[in-house]
Amino acid sequence: MKLRYFAWVRERIGKPEEDIELPAGVSTVAELIAWLSARGEEYAYAFENPKVIRAAINRTHVKPDSKIAGAGEIAFFPPMTGG
Amino acid sequence: MTIPTTVRIQREAFDVSAEAKKLTHGRTDAGAVVTFTGICRGAEGGEPIAALTLEHYPGMAEAEIERHVQEAVARWPIIGVTVIHRYGRIVPGEDIVMVVTVSSHREAAFAAAEFLMDYLKTRAPFWKQVEKAGAKANAKTWVEAKTTDDAAAERWGVPGRHAAE
Repeated sequence: MKLRYFAWVRERIGKPEEDIELPAGVSTVAELIAWLSARGEEYAYAFENPKVIRAAINRTHVKPDSKIAGAGEIAFFPPMTGG
Repeated sequence: MTIPTTVRIQREAFDVSAEAKKLTHGRTDAGAVVTFTGICRGAEGGEPIAALTLEHYPGMAEAEIERHVQEAVARWPIIGVTVIHRYGRIVPGEDIVMVVTVSSHREAAFAAAEFLMDYLKTRAPFWKQVEKAGAKANAKTWVEAKTTDDAAAERWGVPGRHAAE
């Protein structure tokens, strides 16, 4: 599964994307954030306030309780500031 | 009849009057054209800036805007829409985003243009980074989301950024 990061989430983690093997027991977006946060300081920093983190699965906005089974691409980013 | 809609995400500048003319050229059912252009200001939070850099999520940005253009077409009797959003480094005075809506009567064109802009602010995957000028030159900060933008989007029944909470 491909993970993509944007804006300050990307800067804090230090890379724009990576491929991961989804670990057993991680089935929702919120669980994936918790698992990533435990991977290292940079992840813990990026996800220190999970409430502000937005996520998309296969390029569609999703909520923290969304199931991630079968997702090809999951993106994490801050609240959007376009327009 | 298929309604002409165009969504483009591009680095280059755009010409809003040319885009508006493209939508109305050769037709006699258009009675109203609304154009909105968002421009890079020279100050952010009271401090001078050198530039904004817009990051976006390629693929998702186009798809998300297209979804809302189709929603605008379903909600109002509009007969043409063009949305162009730029990315990359943009200096004060340059255009960032434009929306053109065409309808037979003005109400629909005004409402659809406002809906699309309110939506773009809160749901389109773009992020603005500020490059400061003056005493803090070269410092970079990310623009923070505004709750007033969320409120503006939510009045259309569009979930704002709270959706993920």
